[in-house]
Order: sequence, then C-alpha cells, then structure tokens
Amino acid sequence: MTTKVTTHTNSLLGDAWNTLKKNRAALVSVTTMATMIALVIFGPLLSPYAVDQTDWYQISSRPNLASGHIFGTDDLGRDLFVRVMYGGRVSLMVGIVATIVSVIIGVTYGSISGFIGGKTDALMMRVVDVLYAMPFLFFVILLMVFFGRSILLIFVAIGAVNWLDIARIVRGQTLNLKGKEFVDAARAGGASTLRIVFKHIVPNLLGLVVVYVALTVPQVILVESFLSFLGLGVQEPMTSWGALVNQGARQMETSPWMLLFPAMFLATTLFCFNFIGDGLRDALDPKDRTREEE
Amino acid sequence: MNSLKFVFSRLLGAVPTLLALICLAFFLVKAAPGGPFDMERSLPEEVEANLRAAYNLDDPLPKQLLKYIGDIMRGDFGPSFQYRDFNVTELIMSGFPVSLRLGGAAILIALFFGAIIGTIAALNQNTKTDYLVMFFGMTGISIPNFVMAPLLILLFSIFLRWLPSGGLGGGEINNMILPVTALAFPQVAYIARLTRGSMIEVLSSNFVRTARAQGLPTRTIVLKHVLKPTFLPIVSYLGPATAAIITGSVVVEQIFGLPGLGRYFVQGALNRDYTLVLGVVVFYGCLIIFFNLLVDIIYGFIDPRIKSNR
Repeated sequence: MTTKVTTHTNSLLGDAWNTLKKNRAALVSVTTMATMIALVIFGPLLSPYAVDQTDWYQISSRPNLASGHIFGTDDLGRDLFVRVMYGGRVSLMVGIVATIVSVIIGVTYGSISGFIGGKTDALMMRVVDVLYAMPFLFFVILLMVFFGRSILLIFVAIGAVNWLDIARIVRGQTLNLKGKEFVDAARAGGASTLRIVFKHIVPNLLGLVVVYVALTVPQVILVESFLSFLGLGVQEPMTSWGALVNQGARQMETSPWMLLFPAMFLATTLFCFNFIGDGLRDALDPKDRTREEE
Repeated sequence: MNSLKFVFSRLLGAVPTLLALICLAFFLVKAAPGGPFDMERSLPEEVEANLRAAYNLDDPLPKQLLKYIGDIMRGDFGPSFQYRDFNVTELIMSGFPVSLRLGGAAILIALFFGAIIGTIAALNQNTKTDYLVMFFGMTGISIPNFVMAPLLILLFSIFLRWLPSGGLGGGEINNMILPVTALAFPQVAYIARLTRGSMIEVLSSNFVRTARAQGLPTRTIVLKHVLKPTFLPIVSYLGPATAAIITGSVVVEQIFGLPGLGRYFVQGALNRDYTLVLGVVVFYGCLIIFFNLLVDIIYGFIDPRIKSNR
C-alpha cells in the first residue's frame, strides 16, 4: 500500500474558519473588531491627552485636528477620543467577562441536567422555564441600586441572567451525545459522572458554545450600556459607551459629537458581533450541519 | 372539553412562575441594605418603632410575604414611601395608561411592518431587496433604543424641527411619533428577520412544492398556504417581544420625559422607594407572564399539534 491517502480531517476551528471565510459580512466584521480592539487598547497612547485631563481652553469644542482633540471635547474639557477608547475598554471587558460567567453557568447547568436526565432534568428545566418568564433586567436594576454599583457586581449580575439560552441548547446537545459509544466506553472504564460530563461531553459541545459566546457578547454589552445609560452602570471616573451615550444625549443640542462618536462605536461593535455570531452559527450549528447531510 | 382542560392546565402552569416572581422580588427588596426610613436626620426611636409597626415590618418575613401576596390579590400594592399622598396602586394606575399606549402602538407597528418587510425579503430571497432588508434587520438589532432615541431627537427635533423632543403634550400624535419609533425599531427588525427565516423554510416545504406542481399561481400559494405556518413562530415571539418592549419603554420614557410606569420604576429605584419598585416589578412580571400565557393558549388553538402533544 503505497498510495498516499489524502485524508480530509477537519478540526472544529478549521471548519469554522473555512465557512466563516466564505461569509464576507462576517469576515469584514472580524477585521473591524480586531481593529477596534487594537484601537481601544493602543488608541489612548496616540493622544497627548489623559482620560481625566481637563483642557480649560477647549471646553465643549468641536472635533478639531489642530488641537489634537480629534473627536472634540466634552463639557468638562476632557478629550472625547480618549474617553471613547477608555469606555470601549470597559464595554468590551464587561462583554467578555460577563459572557464567560454566563457560559460557565449555562454549560455546567445544561450538561448536568441533560446528562443525568429523568426527574432531575425535568425539574432543572422547569426552573429554567420559570426563570425565562422573569423580567430580569428589572432585577439587575434592583441589584445595582441596592447593592452598590461596583463593576464586579455588573459582571456577576449580567452573567447570571444570560445563561438560560446556553443552558437549554447545551442540555439538548448533551441528551444527544450521551447515547454515543464513547460515553458508554468511558462509563465502562469506570469514569465518574462528573468526569464524563466535563471530560467527554463538554469538549464536544465546544462548537455550540463558540456560537453562543459570539451571540451573547453583544447582548451583554447591550445590557451594560443600558444600565450605564440609566446611570446605574459603571461610575465616574470610569466610563463606558453606554455612559458616554447618556452624557452625549444630555448635551446633544450644543455638542452633538458627544452623542455621535460613542453611539457610532457602540453600534458598530454590536453590528460586528451580531454578524460574526450569525456567520459562526451558519458554520458551526449542528442543526445546519445535519441539514447539509440530508 | 379538551380545549377547556388545555387552557386550565396552562393557567395552572403559570402559578409557580408567578409565585417565584413575587418571592424573588420580595426577598431581593428585603435583603437590600438600608431601610425605608433612613433619612439624613434619624427619627426618634419611638417614632421609628411606631412606623415599623404600622407597616408590619416587625413581622417575620414569611408572614410579611404572605400578607403581601394576599394584598396583591386584592389589587393593593401597599403605600409608597416617597410619594406620601399616593399608594403604589394609584401610581401604577396613573403611569400605566401612558406606557400601554406607547408599548401597544410600538408592538402593533412592529408586527405590521416586520411581517410585511420580512415577507418581501423572503419572496425575493438572495436578491438585492433581500440583502437590503437583511442589512436593515441587522442595523435594527444593533442599534439599541437608547441610542436610537437621542439620534431621532437630534435629527427630527433639533436639526429639522419637525417634531417635539419630549413630553406628553396634550397627548397629540406628534408627541408619540418619536418615542414609538424608537421603541418599535428593534422589534420591526427582529420580526422581519424572524418572518423571513420562517417563510423561507415554509416555501421550501413539500406541500408548497405540491401546490406549485398543481400549477397554482404564486399569489394563491402565498396567501392560502404559506402565510399561516409562517406566522406561527411570530406568534410565539410575542411573549419575548412584550418583555423587550416593556424593558425598552423604561429608557424611552426616560429620554422623552413621558410620565409612564418605566419612569416611576427608575425614579423609585433611585429614591429607594421599595414598595413602589417592588410593585412595578411584580406588575410588569405579571404582565409578561400573562402575555406568555396568552400566546401559549392562542398557539395551542391555531396549531392543533401542540395541544394534542401534551
């Protein structure tokens, strides 16, 4: 046997990347987001102004290249470009960290529920059903008001309300997976339930989780901006895109740039993440894959 | 008889959700640090003791909870701690009509335009029209209503001076156009996407192929065979849509200065008016649960598969 067999092994990520590459909107979004992240991290270094520095001679000045205030300044004379970049750091960080929190809760809950099955599963899913009907944003607002507006609480509160979708999807997939031979093999080998769930089931859910991460990040950023917009999110001197939109909305009659720049950055980010999420879902969602096989 | 049983079982199914909602909100408010009588000048001990007794705050928590649930059943949400002259029920009743008008208009508009736009896109799949609609859909989803609202004010009130930038006025239509648009926009986009996806799936199903093979004109196929199954998922989306509209109305009312329930909620939360906040959360929660229930029941009747499955 000397004929060389060209095997066609597709790794999960390779698969995803190939499909994503064909989706032009998603590709443009990935590029834009990469640029955005780089800008948010390194952007402030390019400006001569610090985030809390007041330029007494340039209060509420319009965007102006000569003075170095390329996005203009706010009503306290602070450079808007630097503030939008700092706000972006907070918004994106909340988006990522709170998503991780919700993914951890959702995957653990969903995979355990699906794997154990039976009455436990029915009960656990009933809890999810009940929680689904709750006006969660109101609870988050209550939490923020009553227990102080710390950034840690924002992470936990937002993460804790966004895990329901993930839990449901993961549970459905787990039900599917647990009948497979490799699970029987692991059990025959004497692995404990927890070990099977986290070592054998969860890795197989990775593709799905990636899709939901991409779809959860914009939701989370949205919730954080919503809270910050109401004045319940991050507090001064920290800022986020939602807080900047709020300040901009108050000053829009005299200095519309204060509204337009953060609004543009926030909308672009949500736009990109939604496109990436859609693209990834087309690439990785097992529902679509079986449709292709049919 | 079967239908009656179905409706009854669904009604019964909503009870635990309702109880969980009330308990969660109640204990959250009770767990909040600081009391309703914390003021800059502390009250004399005897006065505070009297106040606590008057509001039954010294009872054990389960007893307070039971009393609260009993009161709610009778439509009594308790006294407001900030608006001394009104109780919470009166405040909710004064704010709700405004919110209802805003939210109701938004959801009707969202359904109407969303369905039409989505249908147009699905019937022209993979054409320029379709891509345009999908791009619009993505825009709608990506621009939250608290960004949309100030942008609308900036354009139509400040630059063009066509519409008022806020306030209820005398309740004229002009005062409602911008808030309703800001509130409805993401939902129009979402429903359009949903309709498009659902219709494309229906269009590729076997019974449509059969209808085509029989030589029926496209118009007849769409009107007679495609529309009903297309709108099934849209009906089930009405529950989450209500929740989204209610949440959105909180910021939209804030931005446009409309005296609705959402504004009371934010004011109440900032003023630590516990009973008001609790009342609004429970009221909105009940509303959402009620809509989910309604959708569930309607769905059971238009799609007989569901009823018989259970």
